[in-house]
Amino acid sequence: MNELVWIFISALLINNFVLAYFLGLCPFLGVSQRLETAFRLGLATIFVMLITALCAWFLNTYILVHAPYLRLISFIVVIASTVQFIEMVIKKMSPGLFRALGIFLPLITTNCAILGLAIFATNKGYGFIEGMVYALGAGLGFTLALVLMAGIREETELAEVPRLIKGTAMNLIIAGILSMAFMGFAGLFSAA
Amino acid sequence: MPEKKRDTYQEFIKGLWRDNPAFVQVLGMCPMLAVTNSAVNALVMGGATFFVLVASSFFVSSLKNWIPKQVRISTYIIIIATFVTVTDFTLQALMPVVHKELGAFIPLIVANCMILGRQEAFASRNSVRLAVVDALGMASGFLFALFSLGAVRELLGEGALFGFKLFSDDFEPWVIMILPPGGFITLGLLLLLFNWLKERKDRLVAQLDEMEIEAR
Repeated sequence: MNELVWIFISALLINNFVLAYFLGLCPFLGVSQRLETAFRLGLATIFVMLITALCAWFLNTYILVHAPYLRLISFIVVIASTVQFIEMVIKKMSPGLFRALGIFLPLITTNCAILGLAIFATNKGYGFIEGMVYALGAGLGFTLALVLMAGIREETELAEVPRLIKGTAMNLIIAGILSMAFMGFAGLFSAA
Repeated sequence: MPEKKRDTYQEFIKGLWRDNPAFVQVLGMCPMLAVTNSAVNALVMGGATFFVLVASSFFVSSLKNWIPKQVRISTYIIIIATFVTVTDFTLQALMPVVHKELGAFIPLIVANCMILGRQEAFASRNSVRLAVVDALGMASGFLFALFSLGAVRELLGEGALFGFKLFSDDFEPWVIMILPPGGFITLGLLLLLFNWLKERKDRLVAQLDEMEIEAR
């Protein structure tokens, strides 16, 4: 039990996918203008991550034992079809959300955070429950970073900054400062 | 055909500077920031991406008439994933030390939005030759960006380049530069530099235009 808590906290804060591993930066910088949209994309990502972890566990246990060189391709195919499925469901259920997320929904497929999750979970040799907890922590961590960033960006929109630095350059520097703040969580390990 | 030749040249050069995938379009950052804590890692990563991009552009462009529109994205990804697997195993065999250091980030080349973006935006609509030239340009631009990022970070973070110490022992390394925040901040500042250069060039061009009008 204790170990599960550590996996969760570590994926959520200490090894935050966005701020420590640089995974999922495209949506992090692209869909963080509005708090609302950022939050919804975060939820979609958590959902995809949970399903990814499930698929990765299944593939690793039953199929890839016999053909390890197919790991990458089979991960991708499974993730891509999952995302396509979610895209269809969202399109049907909530056209407004579909419009709001725009181009980034198909791009969840190439979201490195999703593939990274499958690969990291495999490299660390997680079983089923560990994998799911890891996915939940990573997804929540991604959402947390995205929402924090969106909140800051909404504030900076009205601030007066030099014209040159406006846009991606400033967002990256903000992300750097956020990342520095998250480094503080590394102390959690030694405290235990 | 001089006209044709200029086209090819332009397709190549745009990836290097005007449409540089990293500094101007800001694509493919995910694997980019993670591995650029030293110049060697950056070069290996850039080389791997180079091979994958050029090879998959060639394949996508040759197969573009056989790929059904509805499943094109998945097809591109499978083509890319195949080449990434090849690269992964090759690096593991030839450079085990660097491969270990890059770890999970070699397989993650698949998820580089820049590569998929080039397939969707360029390779699937143009002739094989132009697609390969475009891929060569974009990949060189990406390699250049990775190297400048890695070099700056290693220089400031360890006072060394390619592992050779460049400064005397008085130099206190900025450890933050090789840690994750350093990656974000260095890229932010490099983008700022690019914006500034572009702005200065635009202003110069405007000034020259004005002078020309006055001279008349």
